[in-house]
Amino acid sequence: MTAATTVHRPSGFRISKRVLPYLLSLPALLVCIGILIPFLTSVVYSFQRYRLSQPWARQFNWGDNYISFFTDPKFWNTLEVSLLYAGITVVLELLLGLGIAMLLQKRSTLNNFISIMLLMPLMTAPALAALMWKLMTNPGFGVLSYLASLIGLQDFRWASSPSTALLTVVLVDIWVYTPFIMILLLAGLRSLPTQPFEAAALDGVPRSFVFFRITLPMLTPYILTATLFRLLDSIQQFDIIYAMTQGGPGDTLTVFQVEAYLNFFQSTNVGRSAALMIILWAITYFLSNIFIKNWLRLRERARGQA
Amino acid sequence: MHEKEKDLIDAFLRGQVDRRGLIRGLGAMGLAASTAGVLLNLGQTRALAADFDWQAHKGKTIKLLLNKHPYADAMIADLDNFKQLTGMNVVYDVFPEDVYFDKVTAALSASSSEYDAFMTGAYMTWTYGPAGWITDLNEWIKDPAKTNPKYAWDDFLPGVKNSCAWNGKPGGALGSEDAKQWCIPWGFEQNNITYNKAMFDKAGVKVPGSMDEMVAAAAKLTKDVGGGVYGIGVRGSRSWATIHPGFLSAYANFDQKDLNVSADGKLSAAMNTAESKAFHKQWVQMIQESGPKDWSTYTWYQVGTDLGAGASAMIFDADILGYFMNGGTNKMAGQLAFAGFKANPAAKAPTPNIWIWSLSMSNFSKDKDATWYFLQWASGLDHCLFGATKMDFVNPVRQSVWKDEVFREKLNKSYPGYVEMFDASAPGASIKFTAQPLFFDLTTEWAATLQKMVAKEVPIDEGLDKLAESINGQLKEAGLG
Repeated sequence: MTAATTVHRPSGFRISKRVLPYLLSLPALLVCIGILIPFLTSVVYSFQRYRLSQPWARQFNWGDNYISFFTDPKFWNTLEVSLLYAGITVVLELLLGLGIAMLLQKRSTLNNFISIMLLMPLMTAPALAALMWKLMTNPGFGVLSYLASLIGLQDFRWASSPSTALLTVVLVDIWVYTPFIMILLLAGLRSLPTQPFEAAALDGVPRSFVFFRITLPMLTPYILTATLFRLLDSIQQFDIIYAMTQGGPGDTLTVFQVEAYLNFFQSTNVGRSAALMIILWAITYFLSNIFIKNWLRLRERARGQA
Repeated sequence: MHEKEKDLIDAFLRGQVDRRGLIRGLGAMGLAASTAGVLLNLGQTRALAADFDWQAHKGKTIKLLLNKHPYADAMIADLDNFKQLTGMNVVYDVFPEDVYFDKVTAALSASSSEYDAFMTGAYMTWTYGPAGWITDLNEWIKDPAKTNPKYAWDDFLPGVKNSCAWNGKPGGALGSEDAKQWCIPWGFEQNNITYNKAMFDKAGVKVPGSMDEMVAAAAKLTKDVGGGVYGIGVRGSRSWATIHPGFLSAYANFDQKDLNVSADGKLSAAMNTAESKAFHKQWVQMIQESGPKDWSTYTWYQVGTDLGAGASAMIFDADILGYFMNGGTNKMAGQLAFAGFKANPAAKAPTPNIWIWSLSMSNFSKDKDATWYFLQWASGLDHCLFGATKMDFVNPVRQSVWKDEVFREKLNKSYPGYVEMFDASAPGASIKFTAQPLFFDLTTEWAATLQKMVAKEVPIDEGLDKLAESINGQLKEAGLG
């Protein structure tokens, strides 16, 4: 059988059909190894007492880094802030992105132009966007501070006050990433079949019913995809928060990435930094699993298999 | 070169003619200042070459990692002289400060041999030294075969030189007998007052002579100058950089410390004493009443630009920051003045904590001897004089440069009070932190606590007690406490 199942190529070079799949998947395997090496290295580091400034003290401490995090109130603050930030930004961006996508759903030159213009924040590097917002919120000359003063918000402290810092960085995140959700959902809306909407129009079905019973269910796979992408990104937010506040004031915005960055580059504490990153990985893995399972279930339901 | 000009320059280099006489003489010979400068440098290069075999590493190339800074600009502007003197080539990468230290950490932690020497701060060497990333420079400084007899190691300001030397023991005194010279000081910063004279006159405020006076003066300036101007600019970002300038300089003036070192070498937090709490209360009150509204995002950059733009009336920060704001295209250029600051009325003199831009040698350098040739040239008297008199090498680390008439005259002409400020505080200038490897962890947490206090998230007493508790925990965990 093996002799009979060979692929004949004009050059005379023969590859066994049994070997061919392995050869074809070799690049993917190499990429996989390329991903796994740093990941596994981080796992090993996370179980070590490893500070670059004390190389002589490097040793396996097994779960000590994790235990010290789980018993430290600062870690729970980091977890809370990270989840809060991710939750608020994703929900608001989803609502805004969906609203804008609905408004631009109808194909027209103006709508196409507006959707391209709305993509501009997405083309700005998040760190630059943060610096731009830092200037706009400057209490002395910032345009947003001026506008806030017009509506009676004198001395509004934006990112420099613990009570408004989260709100400020969330606003920047929304400004940068809402277009991402918008463009994904716009593509989804424009690809929906027209028949259900035409039938609903003929039957005189109210718009709210069409939205909740037809548009939203059909759009759910797109919404889940957009939410998953943004959630993974948002929970790992670094640039905007670090550029605007460095994690402050106090510990208001010490999200995972900021803490891990400071642990590594400032404290040269490789072990703790790696442990933080592994915990973050576990959280994102868990969240993505939930989303992917739901997405698959919906897809099966759409095919009539559920 | 014409013989007369050559003779005059040689006489200057022998010390028979002073700098003023040299410039006057060269002018009389019809030479423009720039030509005179070139001739002087050539003469200096000849003089250096006469005493020492500068050509020992001819043909070699070394690579530097530099921070974008006027000190680096001064060095680059003088680099041709080094190349001519040694026959060596120098290449370099320059990075802005935002990413500079990450780049250094990345290169050194990867044991990269790409860079032979780099700019650093003394605090950083408390990490790099024990990690084995940089070389103890005593080996070269003390070797007469490798160091120019005219290098004059004793010419360096003692407080600055000692601040770059540490024995590697947590809590070990800087500059101790057994200390390793982890870096060579190059240029430094004292933290003092730079103020807007017109604003002070308008508000009828005198230069503060104590912490009480500073708090009161800042409040009065905020109230009386008008136009949204605030009284005092100090750093406030969630970073070690918030603690080390004005804050620690004033704190140290009250004899307060960051850490205690016990007889057995164990470290413990020292910032929750009654005196420290009283100082923190004053500092926090000053920021709340008279600091920038978004103080918690303030780095040196915002502190400086506000002063230069006329948005603040004074700063308690690096003197060279004030120097730069008094020049260039800044709105307040030429209107700023300088003063040393003594926070404690009972103290004899100011005690500024200092930042030292220094030069370190990478332990992974492929040719350390050649690299040392560059380091001793860059920190040598001739280059320091060149940077100080011709460029903006503001706070050189050599005593003889501070005695140089041309340099002092340059400062007196455009920077009133700068020399007096320097002279008053230089004897007490040194690093006031305890040398230990957790420096960045502890100071960042201190800055975060200060932010919470200013935001009234935590009472000062409670905040300092919690900070001390947390620091003690970290020190124990790291085997230092």
